[in-house]
Amino acid sequence: MDNSYKSGAEALLHSLHLEGVELMFGYPGGAALHIYDAIFNQDHVEHILVRHEQGAVHAADGYARATGKPGVALVTSGPGATNAITGLATAYMDSTPIVVISGQVKSMLIGTDSFQETDMIGVSRPIVKHSFLVQKAEDIPEIVKKAFHIATTGRPGPVVIDVPKDFTDPEFKFEFNYPLEINMRSYKPAQAGDSSRIKEAVDLIEHSKRPVIYSGGGVIQDDASDELIELAKLLDFPITNTLMGLGAFPGSDPQFMGMLGMHGTYQANMAMHNADLIIAVGARFDDRITNDPKKFSLQAKKIHIDVDPASVSKIIHADVPIVGSAKECLSMLIQAIKGRDLKINHEEISAWNKQVSDWRDAHGLNHSLLELGPQNGKILPQQVVQSLYKETEGEAFITSDVGQHQMFAAQYYHFDKPRQWINSGGLGTMGFGLPSAMGVQLAYPDATVACVTGEGSIQMCIQELSTCLQYGLPIKIINLNNAALGMVRQWQDMQYGGRYSSSTYENSLPDFKALAESYGHIGIKVAKFEDLESAMKECISLKDRLVFLDVDVDPNEHVYPMLEAGNSMDYMWLGKDKKTW
Amino acid sequence: MKRVIALLMENQPGALSRVVGLFSQRGYNIETLVVAPTSDPTLSRLTMSTEGDEQVVEQITKQLDKLIDVVMVSDLGSSDFVERELMLIKFKKDSFPEDSFDETNIVSNNEEIVNVQIIGTSSELDQLILDTAYSNPIEIVRSGPLGISSDKNTLSIDN
Ligand SMILES: Cc1ncc(C[n+]2csc(CCOP(=O)(O)OP(=O)(O)O)c2C)c(N)n1
Ligand SMILES: [Mg+2]
Repeated sequence: MDNSYKSGAEALLHSLHLEGVELMFGYPGGAALHIYDAIFNQDHVEHILVRHEQGAVHAADGYARATGKPGVALVTSGPGATNAITGLATAYMDSTPIVVISGQVKSMLIGTDSFQETDMIGVSRPIVKHSFLVQKAEDIPEIVKKAFHIATTGRPGPVVIDVPKDFTDPEFKFEFNYPLEINMRSYKPAQAGDSSRIKEAVDLIEHSKRPVIYSGGGVIQDDASDELIELAKLLDFPITNTLMGLGAFPGSDPQFMGMLGMHGTYQANMAMHNADLIIAVGARFDDRITNDPKKFSLQAKKIHIDVDPASVSKIIHADVPIVGSAKECLSMLIQAIKGRDLKINHEEISAWNKQVSDWRDAHGLNHSLLELGPQNGKILPQQVVQSLYKETEGEAFITSDVGQHQMFAAQYYHFDKPRQWINSGGLGTMGFGLPSAMGVQLAYPDATVACVTGEGSIQMCIQELSTCLQYGLPIKIINLNNAALGMVRQWQDMQYGGRYSSSTYENSLPDFKALAESYGHIGIKVAKFEDLESAMKECISLKDRLVFLDVDVDPNEHVYPMLEAGNSMDYMWLGKDKKTW
Repeated sequence: MKRVIALLMENQPGALSRVVGLFSQRGYNIETLVVAPTSDPTLSRLTMSTEGDEQVVEQITKQLDKLIDVVMVSDLGSSDFVERELMLIKFKKDSFPEDSFDETNIVSNNEEIVNVQIIGTSSELDQLILDTAYSNPIEIVRSGPLGISSDKNTLSIDN
């Protein structure tokens, strides 16, 4: 036990160290300067200076998603705190464990509209799992302990610690004691599921003829991928993952139907719609999955495993609700299945699997588009993702932004491992891709980390190119440049008669190659299909440099399939004039 | 349908705003809200009434329970319970409806004004307001209902 005397700022840093924090992302300012001085005077926690606080929070988030360990960001009061808000909301929607420490004005100035004062607790309240306003310096160790406990357990989420400047004053020291354990009477997340519910689940499994396993981000967060794979293999049921759940089941395994939902595969959406049993694990039936909930998979019974009781039966009624951690509940389910002489109707199941593969043959994604060469003289965005997949042998960490490029990455890069695919699914935050890639690259310096982005999204946090130079982060930026806010334009094509209201830039785009070079990196421009694969090869082979690969892609390409709004999951657009109804 | 929900929460700054914020954030409405520390000063008890069907109330209680500062939540309407609300009414002396009240209701009385207090269920109080409307009360203050279950169950951290 370390009980030397420390100031609040030193106590904060030492508490982070005792929580196992090795690096944090941040940006200094008046209210945080005592903390910054304490950072300078220690060498356990490395501080990464970003160029915008949004980048700090996304980087901490990316670090957390890739490692499973909590990410930490530090910002100053006022504008520093408000700049962190988009990052917090992003982490909240995707339930990632991060701790954001914000400086606050001195306690006696709170409420006086003092310089750089923002009520951070109030502003962040609806987008955090919890928050703490430090009331005295001596409380800092316990608050840090609680913050990490809350952020990382149950359904994870972001926690804010708002620290008034006077409580970090180097002149005031107190005896430092770090609590070894924390017991909160008001916070006890569920672990194991209810065994009678598990039994009911196995009964449903035995009687099903058209089952589907549907898993989401909860499986990845809870490191339950091995259990998920074991269950799916044991039962031989077709399986689909949400956008957040990709990688939990190997993407290149034939049993995998691909992603489901808004831009899910034909076979995954058809299987969900026609199923008689849905086993949902760590997924929350959000509107990008169900389409109209009233028309969602009406014939299926639903088993819903989730650590968050409020997610169960929130949108879709669960016939068998199982509240508990994905890992625990899946293990219990596997044990229960192995423990009885399971009477699965193998004939029906193999007919069902055949149906799924017929659907795939009919309208599945074409994963060999590269072989087709240029299309109307242009490069298809999907071909760029396929080339990236090929060149990285499917082993890169892929972060993404938001738009068509994100969906193409999700559809065409087969993620075989959990935590390999990192994107803002819940909030859909453009600008997430590059800073989150920094977090991933810092966690895994030797790994290939690629950010699949668009010319719109990359400009939302482009300033982080400077951070990448400072810390030597060799991220590969794959810019699917369609010279438009492509996803917006797709909706304008489909629903607004092709009226492109503010979705193009009228020749105002920067020369990204020159831009990357001016930030001290390597830029490569690809305009012809013939150059794509060699440029990709060069980009990936430059192991210790950041490379900005700017690829002109067909601006008219749309993402398909696409669910038709207000209908069930079998209502899909499959092409510009091809639909399922 | 009106539902009464009771909860225990940490008696800490910010806790109440999280509870109240949850309602606006998730689009639930709060009709009444009463909050006071319990005999254990580290805990506050909060009673609220809201409108909603079974499913909405289930979501509300689950979401409330998820708040880190909330120790316990109970949907009182899920079993028999007693509900009581306090109301204060101000009348002008010359139009005070004497027949509707007895001496024990009167809490202040001077040349101009009579104030009365009434305790009852919310619907009893609603009725009384209708019954005395003819005498033009000049101010009515209601506390919102408190609730307690009729069986041996208690909302307490000791069990
Ligand atoms: C911060 C933010 N603002 C607006 C949007 C709405 N939006 C979703 S996709 C999109 C277009 C993205 O353009 P780009 O990054 O070029 O990707 P593309 O769709 O062209 O591949 C927009 C504006 C968003 N998701 N995030
Ligand atoms: Mg674009």
